[in-house]
Amino acid sequence: MTDATTKQRKPHILVTGAAGALAQQVIKRLRATCSIVAVDAREQVYLGDDIPSYCIDFNQRIFEDLFRRYPFDSVIHLGRISSSQLTRMRRYNANVLGTQKLLDLSHKYGISRILVLSTYHVYGAMAYNPGLIDEAAPMKSAGLSADLIDSVELENLANLYLWRFPELNISILRPCNIVGPGVRNTMSSVLSSHRAPVLAGFSPMMQFIHIDDMADAIVLASQKPVRGIFNVAPDDWVAYQRALKICGCKRIPVPSIPPVLPKLISRALRLRSFPAHLMDFFKYPVVIDGRGFSEEFGFKPKRPLKEIFRFYRDNKTPL
Amino acid sequence: MGLTSFLKSRLVPEALHKQINHIGKPMGTLGYDPWGYNNETFKYGFSLTKPIYEKYFRTEAHGVDHMPAEGPVLIVGNHSGQLPIDGLLVGYALASREKNPRIPRAMIERFFPTVPWLGNLLNEVGAALGDPVNCARMLANNEAIIVFPEGIRGSGKLYRDRYKLQRFGCGFMHLAIKYKAAIVPVGVVGCEESIPAIANIKPLAKALGLPYLPVAMPVILPAKVHLNFGAPMYFDGEDISEEQIKERVEQVKTEIKRLIDKGLAERKGVF
Repeated sequence: MTDATTKQRKPHILVTGAAGALAQQVIKRLRATCSIVAVDAREQVYLGDDIPSYCIDFNQRIFEDLFRRYPFDSVIHLGRISSSQLTRMRRYNANVLGTQKLLDLSHKYGISRILVLSTYHVYGAMAYNPGLIDEAAPMKSAGLSADLIDSVELENLANLYLWRFPELNISILRPCNIVGPGVRNTMSSVLSSHRAPVLAGFSPMMQFIHIDDMADAIVLASQKPVRGIFNVAPDDWVAYQRALKICGCKRIPVPSIPPVLPKLISRALRLRSFPAHLMDFFKYPVVIDGRGFSEEFGFKPKRPLKEIFRFYRDNKTPL
Repeated sequence: MGLTSFLKSRLVPEALHKQINHIGKPMGTLGYDPWGYNNETFKYGFSLTKPIYEKYFRTEAHGVDHMPAEGPVLIVGNHSGQLPIDGLLVGYALASREKNPRIPRAMIERFFPTVPWLGNLLNEVGAALGDPVNCARMLANNEAIIVFPEGIRGSGKLYRDRYKLQRFGCGFMHLAIKYKAAIVPVGVVGCEESIPAIANIKPLAKALGLPYLPVAMPVILPAKVHLNFGAPMYFDGEDISEEQIKERVEQVKTEIKRLIDKGLAERKGVF
């Protein structure tokens, strides 16, 4: 037996959504022990000389060349376009059809571990939500907002592959609000702003996870091939308006009755940090139970809410 | 001293602050639990309820020590009086007992979370949406939960039907068996007379999205309230028929009826 064969081979991992802050944190944690290939459908990012980085639309045939060129063992799919970006059609193409292509190629090229980043938005925000929603709860958001259909479809697709091809070892992660340095999602924009809109009379319970903790969670999950769907959230909760107060945001009340009024205001003023399709998430709680993930993967978030909010209070500039 | 600090010092004296903190309800780092309970708001609520409990309704609570000091508990009582004053008084009685006080949760109508300010306020003082999943999760977390199995059938009934127990839902019994929770029955006497209603304007209630709309005086009368807590009841057996569940619900209902009759016999007058 030669030295080359006895020497342990570094696992090869394809990370999608590489232009995002979360993917870059994940890559930072894995680059020493794994051979990473980064890809993003939006832009090409430079991640160092040791990490090949590509800007490819998953629906293009050239995407398969990556699988031909690199012997991937795992895929970490963080490239979901969030519900506040692009148009519905483009999101559908990227999130649903693009993911399907990714999963098909993964199956074709014998990938043994896939992580799919979803969102807690799939549960949908409504007045009748119970507390501590577990993974078996129905995904109601598709019936509540057409802008969240692609998120649910992406999950359905991943679910289908999860059961049809068990050898892919697919895990779907549904994190709560990911926030922290570099995060550009809706919640992060709200917390980092000087003035934040609130629905008058509503302050739903929310959960926040620091981007570094989320990156740790993804790394942990990538190392243990357990199939399934997992909520990812710390055992800590805060009311939305209290969170804004701690972050030093001036609260701007938006009339909440009748329910159509705040949506009209949001559309008329084109409030990016208070989009109409996420309005109910600022009204009703969607509190998820992350204990399943914590127990399965031994995950314990390290950054408390106070630390997260201190960052936003001390950095009141658009991110 | 600012106005907020002044009000806080008057409403939440140091002793009360320590008393509530001592109960040690499990919470996150910012003082909230998953259902929106907030310790600081609860202290204000407790302080404001004290005169209502002691002075306005002159509540007499008997057998409050029947409540187990820990573990999952369902406090099951008769519902009456249009507004959930009975839940408030039962909750205060348990949170203010000298030995092993507990902060019970209340299951509220699905209508409340949609009401601005009120929905959040109720959550912050311990109420949560009356959903079986919520109740199950809370029992799994060893909470004590106030349940009125009559629901709006009980609270919305007219004065002429006072102290007539309405149909009990069976959900609480299923949960009590599954989570091995103690059932503490409580008979509430007095709340029926606090808002006597002579009619219910159903079409208007439906148009407004309300569970009922009573024709009643626009005041809450200071009827004297008697709370009689019974000994905890335990039910086991995982796989039993719905018929057996109903029998057990009837047992609880009979015990509540006995406690109501006890309260009615004890009271010397409505006020």
